Amino acid sequence: MTSKRFDLLLILPLAIFTLAFLILPLARLAVEAGSGPGGLANFVAILTEARFRNSLFVTLILAVVTTVATLTVATIAAQTLANRKFLGRGLLLSLLTFPLAFPGVVVGFMIILFGGRLGLVGGVTKSLFGTNVIFAYSLFGLFLGYLYFSVPRVLLTILAAAEKLDPSLVEAARSLGAGPFAIQRDVVLPALFPAMYTAGALCFATAMGAFGTAFTLATNIDVVPMLIYTEFTLATNASMAAAISIALGLITWVTLAIARSHAMRGEGV
Amino acid sequence: MNSPNPTAAVRNGSSITTRGLTKTFNGHRVLQPTDLEIAAGEILVLLGPSGCGKTTLLRLIAGLEQSDGPDMIRFDGEDVSAVPIEKRDVGMVFQSYALFPNMTVAENVGYGLKIRKMPRAQREEETKRLLALVGLEEYAGRRISAVSGGQRQRTALARALAIKPRVLLLDEPLAALDAVLRERLRVEIGLLLREFGITAVYVTHDQAEAMAIGDRIAVMQRGRIVQIDAPREIYHRPINDFVADFVGTMNRVRGSVRAGALILDAGETTARIAVGGPDRETTLCFRPEAARLAVDGGAVRARIRATTFFGATQRLVAEVSPECQLQLDLPSNQSFVPGQIISFDIDPAAILEFKPES
Repeated sequence: MTSKRFDLLLILPLAIFTLAFLILPLARLAVEAGSGPGGLANFVAILTEARFRNSLFVTLILAVVTTVATLTVATIAAQTLANRKFLGRGLLLSLLTFPLAFPGVVVGFMIILFGGRLGLVGGVTKSLFGTNVIFAYSLFGLFLGYLYFSVPRVLLTILAAAEKLDPSLVEAARSLGAGPFAIQRDVVLPALFPAMYTAGALCFATAMGAFGTAFTLATNIDVVPMLIYTEFTLATNASMAAAISIALGLITWVTLAIARSHAMRGEGV
Repeated sequence: MNSPNPTAAVRNGSSITTRGLTKTFNGHRVLQPTDLEIAAGEILVLLGPSGCGKTTLLRLIAGLEQSDGPDMIRFDGEDVSAVPIEKRDVGMVFQSYALFPNMTVAENVGYGLKIRKMPRAQREEETKRLLALVGLEEYAGRRISAVSGGQRQRTALARALAIKPRVLLLDEPLAALDAVLRERLRVEIGLLLREFGITAVYVTHDQAEAMAIGDRIAVMQRGRIVQIDAPREIYHRPINDFVADFVGTMNRVRGSVRAGALILDAGETTARIAVGGPDRETTLCFRPEAARLAVDGGAVRARIRATTFFGATQRLVAEVSPECQLQLDLPSNQSFVPGQIISFDIDPAAILEFKPES
């Protein structure tokens, strides 16, 4: 009996946190979304109005592309790094964790330094071909920024899984005649799948909701977080902003939920 | 001794020849130049303590490691040194089983056939046959996580045999199992390998397993084969102390030989043990089961320190002198108590004498 009461006590901090910082603000947000001049039509407007719909679409595509690109880079890199000892491996790994510390603003700033009007790439292409190549203030710049801070965290997760992979699995497959492609398809990727799914889901959620980088690069990149900001501050349409926020949250949450269930199934639990 | 196992119904394996296989890791030579002749259908056990080079030798034959020098490995006289493992047609069984967790038991067994692009119907037929052979038909659709250790082991064996390999290579296949299961499976595996008539190289550090499974045993120490012979020879005629101790318990008594008879340095000898040869100071060895309890007036008298009952036999720790303690296996029908004085003889044919190691 006492232990049961004690268990309740242990869960109390989480319960308070959930109530105070999650449920109450979310409820308030939902009320806000429905209380504007349009009422609940705000939610319908997200799908019917081209500006909102396009923004949602662009954000979704950007997040998917970022996730796929990040997973590709990280999975290849993780397999290269796993169980391979070389000079400077520790330094390389710690360098990879460096971008984890940067806020989105700094990442955006770095993309500008790299591909902006006075950026590195622009300078080089100007002296070589006479044209100043600028990509920082576009979706591509944003994509690069997301890639920059997504790759390290995804890589570290997949690397941990790759290092746990029993090397005799690959050897067994080889003895059975499997070539490198078959080994990837049948042995390595299925083993890395849970880690890839989990890391990919977090990468996707980040790319859906990140704001700082987009804000730094340009105020006219039409991603959902920017849209929420404009609706809220410039158009002072708080209820619309709230409705979009909820939509954004829902889409990301559903994606994460699916990812979680798939990752569990992949582990054979 | 070198002849392949005569009970094999069919011959499915190649003979293996190696010449001068050598391996160095980080400046440390783990395998000294090794020559081997393994007959088709023979089961050779590589036995030795960890780090003796047995797994390295197995991996060289498999093609998972490259020899220091130019490799010289032949299957049925055909040089396979340059053939990568994917094409070498070797079946491998690992200590960790290395089963694919994302596949069912049947999918694991059929994987090699799938890679070989065998038509589905034929593949399923073949998989079924192999599952029946190892008694796993009813587990065909199970996930690997849903079958026991012994069943995993048999799945791994069936998977390796499915591709009809030229040689089967097993790396400590039973080490991860508990003692009872290990004992049962080593009998099963031995029978199965003989039924298949496949050439097999079997790595283990367990001498009982080696004796039960091998047609021949190669005892390895510090990167070289110390003795290679039939299990009976290895046990009863070990060529040195290392082999003698590795494959079983060995008693040692110091004494002098005078006129062909042994006189113990320690203890009371009431009778002499005939060993023959010139007069000399020496150490003689005998296994615990070479002792025969004497009714009266045996060759050696000793005081019992401890007894362990094994069922069929019992082992006595008997003290001839504080420096000379012996282990004796006697029939278990007679009971002994610590402190009791017994007198026993040693079967002269079972006495071994090693030349001092240089």
